[in-house]
Amino acid sequence: MSELSVKHLLGIKYLNKKDIHLIFETADHFKEVINRSIKKVPTLRDTTIANIFFENSTRTKLSFELAEKRLSADVVNFSAGQSSVKKGETLIDTVNNILSMKVDMVVMRHPNPGAGVFLSKHVSAAIINAGDGAHEHPTQALLDSYSIRERYGEVGGKNVVIVGDILHSRVALSNIFALKLLGANVKVCGPKTLIPKYIESLGVGVETNLKQALEWCDVANMLRVQNERMDVSYFPSTREYTQQFGINKDILQELDKEIVIMHPGPINRGVEITSDVADSEQSIILDQVENGVAIRMAVIYLLAAKIK
Amino acid sequence: MEKPLQMQGLFLFPTFFKIYVLLPSPEAVVKHMSQRVLLNSKEINIILHRLACQLLETHLDFSETVLIGLQPRGIFLAERLLKILKEEYKVKNIAMGLLDITFYRDDFGRGEKPLQANTTKIDFLVEDKSVVFIDDVLYTGRSIRAALTAIQSFGRPKNVELLTLIDRRFSRHLPIQPNYRGRQVDAINEERVKVMWAENEGEDVVYLVSK
Repeated sequence: MSELSVKHLLGIKYLNKKDIHLIFETADHFKEVINRSIKKVPTLRDTTIANIFFENSTRTKLSFELAEKRLSADVVNFSAGQSSVKKGETLIDTVNNILSMKVDMVVMRHPNPGAGVFLSKHVSAAIINAGDGAHEHPTQALLDSYSIRERYGEVGGKNVVIVGDILHSRVALSNIFALKLLGANVKVCGPKTLIPKYIESLGVGVETNLKQALEWCDVANMLRVQNERMDVSYFPSTREYTQQFGINKDILQELDKEIVIMHPGPINRGVEITSDVADSEQSIILDQVENGVAIRMAVIYLLAAKIK
Repeated sequence: MEKPLQMQGLFLFPTFFKIYVLLPSPEAVVKHMSQRVLLNSKEINIILHRLACQLLETHLDFSETVLIGLQPRGIFLAERLLKILKEEYKVKNIAMGLLDITFYRDDFGRGEKPLQANTTKIDFLVEDKSVVFIDDVLYTGRSIRAALTAIQSFGRPKNVELLTLIDRRFSRHLPIQPNYRGRQVDAINEERVKVMWAENEGEDVVYLVSK
């Protein structure tokens, strides 16, 4: 097995367990590459990749761009803010115009769920979903599971709790798919208003008490409250949210074991996580960022190999 | 008159013996219809010792030399040579690394399947060192071209040499030749040279396989 079962990376939902293991094994080799003094390989010299971001991003965009450049691909960047989208151009037109300039692969972030799937049906390039609304963010989930694997040796059998705004989080959904595929036990924890109905049908447990969730888990993945996606008020105040679902040193010290703390970023320090936890030995937040580049190199490499 | 003749006999004997040893054993020749034994384990052993001696002759104590086994198949040969140099010729502290050239190949996206990578393990800089690439078969020379690019990620070597067990003559796509060769073989493109190692496949043997 040395080939992905898919032509695009639209979501973890479309991958199987073998795909994820192949991505992880390939990422191991790229992690070695990016720790050399010369961090670049010439593999994708004749591949051009467009990064199309219809929504703000710092980490993901930088990480994709670095991954592409370290594979020697040619990169063009596009942000919706400074483009003809504002003049009324449709998504397909925008992308087809970019593809006319001989682009082989498109990395896209879009506020609408399913934008990547839609695009993959209408254009010929390989599509990588870098986040589509509250739907999926597959590379984030891959790097999260990869970081757990790096810390514990394997993901299977580990207890992972995802804490925070589950309702608006594409990271949560992709993580649930990836963790379940790899055989981890998953719980979500947060205010009832921010946990989607029927989430149990995905095979995850629901916990509304943070303390109990932390006592159960090996890994806690802390999510940000996505105020920009909230049309109504889901909890009384940020202060109350922090009191009930914020993680701090005191809570962690009361536990009888040392758990691993993750965060996909951006961190709202003092809301879902305090600084002393975010910067502690228990936190692997910066390892996640480093692994993000290796994972994205692996995904781009494996998908580029399928371009004919 | 008698003494020189006796001495001549003594000198002749090893030569005669050597020719005898280098012939493949008859039962090994007809193992499979489509494959012919090029080298058996005895011959491989003699060749490995010769190659080790040739390396010693050039690199003496190996203080300025690093051996680089090329993944995936060159590492067995590299480890054998390392073992001989260390155990039989008592060379201490030889630096050896493994280099994977997958990401440096020139046929990405041209084959049927993506190229699966192997581990690279070079935990030293090759800056100003003599580098010896070690691979089992030299065929088109494209892997070595890729390795020459790949090694630059670990510094600027003083010079680079190439050691191969089998050198397939007349099949090069690039102007690359080995500095140390085990055996030169004339094989047509439809034929394949298969090197097997005791560690991996149970016995040391080199086959010429015709399709």
